[in-house]
Amino acid sequence: MSTPRSPMAPPRTFLWSRRIFLTLLTGFVLIPVYVMLSSSLKPLADVTGSFRWLPTELTIRPYIDIWSTVPLGRYFVNSLIVAGAATVCSVVIAVFSAYAVSRYAFRGKRVFTVTVLSTQMFPGILFLLPLFLIYVNIGNAIGIALFGSRGGLILTYLTFSLPFSIWMLIGYFDSVPRDLDEAALVDGCGPLGALFRVVVPAAVPGIVAVAVYAFMTAWGEVLFASVMTNDTTRTLAVGLQGYSTLNDVYWNQIMAASLVVSVPVVAGFLLLQRYLVAGLTAGAVK
Amino acid sequence: MTATAPAAEATVRKSSPGTARGPRRRTGRLRRVGLPYLLLLPALLLELLVHLVPMVIGIVMSFKELTQFYIRDWSTAPWAGLDNYTVSVDFDAPVGKALLHSFLVTVAFTVLSVGLCWLIGTAAAVFMQDTFRGRGLLRALFLVPYALPVYAAVITWVFMFQHDNGLVNHVLHDQLGLTDKPSFWLIGDNSFVALLTVSVWKGWPFAFLIVMAGLQNIPRELYEAAALDGAGMVQQLRRITLPSLRPVNQVLVLVLFLWTFNDFNTPYVLFGKSAPEAADLISVHIYQASFVTWNFGTGSAMSVLLLLFLLVVTGVHLALTSRGRRTAQ
Repeated sequence: MSTPRSPMAPPRTFLWSRRIFLTLLTGFVLIPVYVMLSSSLKPLADVTGSFRWLPTELTIRPYIDIWSTVPLGRYFVNSLIVAGAATVCSVVIAVFSAYAVSRYAFRGKRVFTVTVLSTQMFPGILFLLPLFLIYVNIGNAIGIALFGSRGGLILTYLTFSLPFSIWMLIGYFDSVPRDLDEAALVDGCGPLGALFRVVVPAAVPGIVAVAVYAFMTAWGEVLFASVMTNDTTRTLAVGLQGYSTLNDVYWNQIMAASLVVSVPVVAGFLLLQRYLVAGLTAGAVK
Repeated sequence: MTATAPAAEATVRKSSPGTARGPRRRTGRLRRVGLPYLLLLPALLLELLVHLVPMVIGIVMSFKELTQFYIRDWSTAPWAGLDNYTVSVDFDAPVGKALLHSFLVTVAFTVLSVGLCWLIGTAAAVFMQDTFRGRGLLRALFLVPYALPVYAAVITWVFMFQHDNGLVNHVLHDQLGLTDKPSFWLIGDNSFVALLTVSVWKGWPFAFLIVMAGLQNIPRELYEAAALDGAGMVQQLRRITLPSLRPVNQVLVLVLFLWTFNDFNTPYVLFGKSAPEAADLISVHIYQASFVTWNFGTGSAMSVLLLLFLLVVTGVHLALTSRGRRTAQ
């Protein structure tokens, strides 16, 4: 305190505790990431014996083998289709709903928001089996195959991200000045014109954030993927387990495959995380 | 969010143009009244199809004797009355006893996991409130566990927890000599610690993200004024930061609680289809009760009981927090 500091400068004990805390936390966060990365570059002998921090030799062999040990390419394409389609649909539907809630007064508005949000509370296990039966019955009745198809999974996943997306976009749209869309309405745009020409462009960070969230949700889901897919529609979430059910556990390949399936989401997330924070700041946590 | 809703309604009402004449006005009004519902329709239909209708069917199923023999046409399964429920809550018989045990394990796990996630996330966000060199990089690093797909992250932990070739035993036993012999982490009592570790590793960045966003809404002037008045860091934290975060925390803790309590992905990837008793979380327990024994009626009854429990907790939480908010004002 004796050193001449501005009143805002933090004391030394704070700086030290910050340094120690953040260093420990960085270690906790990064050790699994390091294990994933280093093990994916090891020969098989290095991952079957006692754990080694450093590989005896670096090899990219695991990255070549993962594609033939299990049909990883097919799982990858399936996950990409399912997560991509679920994201697009979820965002579009959430934009419409959030616009209605944010800009219109109508009967049942509270019931709608409460109902949608409360679905977050449902244990997945409660509607897994009924949903499975509904999809089978729809398939039998009108011939739209939802069970075992990508369509069924897309439909399911987009509702998983919908409540949070709507909730976050309502907050975000509320922060877009109403004068803007009223001006557009006066200029002769319809309500949808006002939505797409004014509100949506002004809310891009929120929409990007919601899209990231929706994609991550669909890309990472395990429970429904394990029940609702078959050999041709299997996604990465289930497919990755194929490496460990074999007689020999190829840990180097498992780590390589985990890294490969993580890169698209992690890279996308890190590029767009500032939008997520901005979106949360403007919308959800207000 | 709720505070801005009345204002929004007022603006919309005020802005309805009364200039259109005759029949045009009527169609205009019809459009105006119908449009919000039209916009909500897709979301509503999907929520009905994927959440609400299945939930109702699930409740109906819980009153049926739905074993493998009836699964092809579940509506023909005989009614079971309350049998599925009495079996589930008969804590002297094996089924009810196992469910109670699983419930208690889940409660302990959830309380610890949510508490630790909140604590670490808040501490990290508060420590990173001021700018310093490398802050942006650190923030990105900290979000990696949250961004990783669950199965990829958890499989890595499975590797780390391996008995013979895992990192955890290598460090604790070989390098630090803390244990007499290598431990088993994915079976036996240690599995609870393993599950908790993975859950906190994966979950705290979400708390960090939300608290960080919440902190950005606190005006800087508050801190400047407090600093001029001679308030130290600890006082600023206690008098400004934590009270300002209270509404954010209330929602955050509830969401973390619901997600953690219902978590299926983490234990399922960590332990596979049969979880060790010490880490037998309720979602996996019910999944097993349904799919391994093919007794869907009892599984549904257990799910309904779980839902009721979550409803009560959420209701109590909302009642308590809204009362707290009212008295605070």
